[in-house]
Amino acid sequence: MSQKTILLDHGSGGLASQELIGNLFLKYLDNPILRGLEDSAVLENQPGKLAFSTDSYVVDPIFFPGGDIGKLAVHGTINDLAMRGAKPLCLSLGLILEEGMDLVDLEKIIQSIAQSCNESGVPIVTGDTKVVPKGKGDKIFINTSGIGFVADGIDISSLNAKAGDNIILSGTMGDHGITIMTRRAGISMDGKLESDTMALHTMVAKLLDQLPEGIHTMRDPTRGGVATSLNEIAANSKLSIELKEEDLPVTPEVRAACEILGLEPLYLANEGKCLVVVQSDKTDQALAIMKGCKEGKDAQVIGKLVEGKAGRVVINTPIGGSRVVTPLHGEPLPRIC
Amino acid sequence: MKYVDEYRDSKLAKPLVAELQRSVTKPLRVMEVCGSHTMAIFRNGIRTVLPEGFELISGPGCPVCVTSAPHMDAFISMADKPGVRVAIFGDLFRVPGTSGSLAHASSRGAKVDIVYSPMDALELAIKNPEDLVVFLGVGFETTTPGIAATIMSAKIRNVKNFTVFSTHKVMPAPLEALLSDPQLKIDGLLCPGHVSSIIGAGAYQPLVDKYNLACVVAGFETTDLLNGLILLARQVGSGKIAVENTYPRAVTWEGNARAQKMVYEIFEPADMEWRGLGVIPKSGLKIRENYSDFDAEKRLDITLPEAEEAKGCRCGAILKGIDTPIACHLFDTRCTPANPIGPCMVSSEGTCAAYHKYGRS
Amino acid sequence: MCLAIPMRVTKVSGDPDDFTTSQIATVDADGISKEIRLDVVDRWPEIGEYLIIHAGFAIHTLEEKVAKENIELIRKMAEAMPEELLR
Repeated sequence: MSQKTILLDHGSGGLASQELIGNLFLKYLDNPILRGLEDSAVLENQPGKLAFSTDSYVVDPIFFPGGDIGKLAVHGTINDLAMRGAKPLCLSLGLILEEGMDLVDLEKIIQSIAQSCNESGVPIVTGDTKVVPKGKGDKIFINTSGIGFVADGIDISSLNAKAGDNIILSGTMGDHGITIMTRRAGISMDGKLESDTMALHTMVAKLLDQLPEGIHTMRDPTRGGVATSLNEIAANSKLSIELKEEDLPVTPEVRAACEILGLEPLYLANEGKCLVVVQSDKTDQALAIMKGCKEGKDAQVIGKLVEGKAGRVVINTPIGGSRVVTPLHGEPLPRIC
Repeated sequence: MKYVDEYRDSKLAKPLVAELQRSVTKPLRVMEVCGSHTMAIFRNGIRTVLPEGFELISGPGCPVCVTSAPHMDAFISMADKPGVRVAIFGDLFRVPGTSGSLAHASSRGAKVDIVYSPMDALELAIKNPEDLVVFLGVGFETTTPGIAATIMSAKIRNVKNFTVFSTHKVMPAPLEALLSDPQLKIDGLLCPGHVSSIIGAGAYQPLVDKYNLACVVAGFETTDLLNGLILLARQVGSGKIAVENTYPRAVTWEGNARAQKMVYEIFEPADMEWRGLGVIPKSGLKIRENYSDFDAEKRLDITLPEAEEAKGCRCGAILKGIDTPIACHLFDTRCTPANPIGPCMVSSEGTCAAYHKYGRS
Repeated sequence: MCLAIPMRVTKVSGDPDDFTTSQIATVDADGISKEIRLDVVDRWPEIGEYLIIHAGFAIHTLEEKVAKENIELIRKMAEAMPEELLR
C-alpha cells in the first residue's frame, strides 16, 4: 500500500476496507476462523459455563514503555475473563480509527495485538473497523470482547468472599498508571517506569487447577487502582477489609515518581496484576503457586476480610494507627499541595 | 529515598507515639496551619493515636480552600474565553465556583492544561503562540518564588503570550487575623514545613511574643510530625513557650533570602480576599507595574464578579477552626467529594475532604 | 501547599548570578530523574548534594551536617531523653 494514512474510505466496507483487511489485518492476525471473514464466527461449544466480557481502550499516548494500546486491549479482556475463573477462548476486535491516523502506527499496533494473541493462545476470531472524520476521534479506539468457559465446580465472585479470607496482590502497584501519567506532556521524567500489561490467565488456571475450592474472588485493579477494587469487593461481600501498609508492594521508581507528583500508588491503574481473595487455610499454598509463576513473582498478602462496617477498607499504618481508604472520585491528578 | 525513608522508620515512630502520650500533661488545642500537615496526619494514622487531651484543628493553609468564590468564577470565565489557554496545578481542576468548575469548563471546550510546574506553563505558551496562556496562580510562599522566577524567565525570553493571574497569599498575615478573633482559642501552632523553608522559622517569633503561642515548625514524615506534636505538648505543659524548628534539614531561622528576593522583584503586597475570612490587608501579592505585561488581570481586563457564598456552607468557620466538618449540616449530605459545595471538600487537603477520606472511623 | 521531596543532584548548569542563563539541575531519586530549576534555591548546589524540590523548583539545598543533626534529634526523642530540645 502506498497510502500513508487512514482515509474515510477504509471504514466504508468497500475496496479500500478490503485492502486494509487483506494487506494488514490478515497479514498478522491470521487464523482459519478470521480468514473466513464471515459476518460472525461460529465456534465449538465447550463444557462448563460461558463467560463473556467486553472492554474499550482509549489510552493516550497509544505507545508507552512496556506496551501499547493493542497489547492492553488483548490482555485486558483476557484478564477480565480470567478473573471469573474462565479459560479465555477467543476475542473480537473492534477498531474506530480517526481519519489521518498514520498507517505505520496502525501496523505496529496490529502486530502487537497479534503477538499478544499468539503468546497468550487466545486468537481474534472476528472484527470490525470504522473510520471517523479527523477530529472526531483520537487516532485509535479499540474494543475487545471475549468469551471463555468456566469449568463446572468453579464459582469466583465478590459475593463469595468470607470474613477471615486473605487478600493476595500478585505484584507491585501503580506501574501502568504512573507510566501513562508521566508520558503526558509537561510531566515527563526519566527512569525505569513501564506499564505492567500482561495476560494473567495462565497463572489463574494453575491456581484454580490446584485450589479449585480455596479461591473465592479475583479482581484486576485497573482504573481506580487497588483502592477502588478493594472497595468494590468489600461493598459486594458486605464485609470490611483491613490492609497492612507495610505489605503493599511498590517499586522504588514508582514510589519516587508518585512522591514527586503527589499521587498515591493505591489509586493508580494496574494492567497486569490481580487481587486474589483466598480462604485463610489455603493462603500459603496460593501464594506459593503465584510466586512460582512469572506473572506473580512479587505476589504478597496485603490484607484480609473481616466482619465490620460493610464496604469499608482500612489501612493499618506502621505506627499502630489507621485510616480509611475510600474509592476514587475522579482521575488522579498531579498536585502541589 | 534518602532523607525520607529514615523519617518514616516505624522503629523510631512507635516509641514517639508512646512519648506523645506521656507528653500531654495539660489539655491543648493546636492549629495545623498547613493543609499538607492535615493530610499527612490523617494518612499516617496519627489522628487515631492522638492522646486524650490533644485537640488538632485545621487552619487556613490550604491555598485552594481559601481561594474566594469570585476568584474561582474569574478563573472559569477566563478559561471560557476564546483564544485563552488556562494552565493550572491539578489541585484546582475540580474546585467549584458558583456554577461549575474548570473541569466543567474543559468539558465544554475550554483549553485547560494541568501542569506540574509553572515553567511547564511557560513552555506551553512558547509552543502555542496563537493562545494567550494564563497560569492560575494559587499558593503560598513555597510556590510563589517559582512563579516569580517563571515570570522573570518569560521577560528574559521575550515571551508575549504568557501571563499569571495572581491570587497568591502570604502566610503569617491570616494567622494574625485569626488570632485576633476572640472566638478562637488555641494554645499552639503546628507551623508549615516548606513555607517556612522560604520565610524562615523566625517569622513566627512575633506570634510567640504577642499571643504566647507555642510554635513548632515540623516536616511531613511520620517521625517529623510526632516529634513536632510532642514538643507542642511539652511547651504547653511546661509553659516554656518558644519557636522550635524541628525541621532544620529544610528550614533555617532566616529562610531563603534568594527566593524572597525573587518574589519581591516581581510581586508587591496587596490586599487579598480569603474565603471565609474576608479581605485581609496586605495578605496577598500582585504583580508589579513593570511586569504588567505578564499580569493576566491587566491583559484581560478582568473585573471580579460579585459571587455569593453557597448557603449553609461553613467553610469559613471550618478554616478558622471554630467548627469541624461534622458541625456543617451539608457535610456528607449535599456536600461530598463527588459533589462538592465548598473548596474545603474538593481540595485534596481540604479539611472536609480529609475528614471524608480518612476520618470516618 | 507543601508537597516537596529531596532529590540528589547529578548535573548543574547556569550561573547563579545571571538569570539570563538557564539555571537548571538534573536530580534523581530511586532511578527517577528530572530537570528542575535553580532560580530560587538558597545555596547553589554541588553534584551529589540533595535539593528539596517543589513544583519543579529547588527551594532549599540540604546541608548534610544539618540533616544528620535532624535525624539525631528524632532518634534522641525516640529514646525519650528527658531534656527538652530547643532550637
